[in-house]
Amino acid sequence: MDKFEPKIVAFCCNWCSYAGADLAGTSRMQYPSTIRIIKVMCSGRVSPFFVLKALSVGADGVLVLGCHPGDCHYIEGNYKTLRRIPLLKKALQQLGIEEERVQLEWVSASEGARFAEVVNEFTETIKKLGPSPLRRAKESTQEATHVQA
Amino acid sequence: MSKLKIALYWAASCGGCEIATLAIHEKILKLAEVADIVFWPVGLDFKYADVENMEDKSIDVCLFNGAIRNEENEHMAHTLRAKSKVMIAYGSCAYEGCIPGLANFYNRQLTFERAYIETPSTVNPDKIFPQTKVKVPEGELEIPEFYDTVKTLAQTVDVDYFVPGCPPEERTTWLALEAVIEGKLPPKGTVISHSAKAVCDECVRTREEKKVKKFYRPYQIIPEPEKCLLEQGLLCYGLATRGGCDALCPKANMPCTGCYGPVEGVIDQGTHFLTALASIIDSNDPEEVQRILDDIPDPAGTFYRYSLPDSLLRRAIIK
Repeated sequence: MDKFEPKIVAFCCNWCSYAGADLAGTSRMQYPSTIRIIKVMCSGRVSPFFVLKALSVGADGVLVLGCHPGDCHYIEGNYKTLRRIPLLKKALQQLGIEEERVQLEWVSASEGARFAEVVNEFTETIKKLGPSPLRRAKESTQEATHVQA
Repeated sequence: MSKLKIALYWAASCGGCEIATLAIHEKILKLAEVADIVFWPVGLDFKYADVENMEDKSIDVCLFNGAIRNEENEHMAHTLRAKSKVMIAYGSCAYEGCIPGLANFYNRQLTFERAYIETPSTVNPDKIFPQTKVKVPEGELEIPEFYDTVKTLAQTVDVDYFVPGCPPEERTTWLALEAVIEGKLPPKGTVISHSAKAVCDECVRTREEKKVKKFYRPYQIIPEPEKCLLEQGLLCYGLATRGGCDALCPKANMPCTGCYGPVEGVIDQGTHFLTALASIIDSNDPEEVQRILDDIPDPAGTFYRYSLPDSLLRRAIIK
């Protein structure tokens, strides 16, 4: 388990969080190489379907990063995300997936240090949780007892 | 022209789809003019062996309702697929898993414990569960194996068409049968319905701005008859559900529950509804949002009521 390197998908909005990630990079701040950034125009574009999809194809955790409330380039895109992620977390728990695997954070374009901190903390959280149960289910023989088509 | 040969079968289902096939009323006479029913366990006395002895592709159309949840369902799916030229997943169970598919929140063991021990009407002090094989004085008895996971028909065999609904509406059933009778079948994989758009498209209720501070369950309020049910806080699934039913439930003052499956192009009906529903919550305060969400006691069960086996994840993870 010590060797477990989580795979994390981070959806970053074009206007704040992606620029924040950029700043963390150009400022040479250290953060783990666990994340794979996907740039989207707005955190409001991140359908909960994307999050499920990421988890189902092998992500151990998903970060959704957007502008701080009130700062959305599209006025209220991030407010929609603010309502969707808690509901998704409730549904995930019922589906047997730890809700901590999905996290919503606000990172502005000037917050490179905050970006690095979020990635560091989230990586630690996922390391504690271990590999995603969806990955484990795929690898285990439990599923093999189902008759395959 | 010789008569068409039609087979009907039920797998894991409630029997409602069988009734729905009869709901075409007098049109059944037209069906009888052009087609013979060669297999229909619920209505006519055929044995499985009769089907097994038929030649491959000798049945023109099979209307298969019910999900695949045990060995028998799966065996008949494979048998009927081999014997039929056209395989139609008829009704929500065969199409998406539907209510039997909600068992995918559990597994075989948990389902058995609930059904054979915990249910209040059950007395089972010796904790006897169904076994696939059991020895009795007369010999060994066998029953089909019960699976951990409910599957849709298309996850089991190749399916040509899907007829949505729990159960399919009369006009949807007839749309499919008419296509069969007239030999005007749509491209393979089509979900046969009068609409590829959402139920809202057929709903006559007045829609204004959707902003909801509190969600209700149907027994908690008597909704206003003209106004959009979702705007009144009822979890009306219309905006994430394929139309074709003519918005029957909203017409009867009941919220749509999503039985016609996702609209064209959507893979996961549950997250589609979740996305739309969360967007209309009238609050930007995380704590208030959480309080409003507490009005929804069973989000996953509500969002995936008819489609868990056909959803992206197909089932819950059981530790």
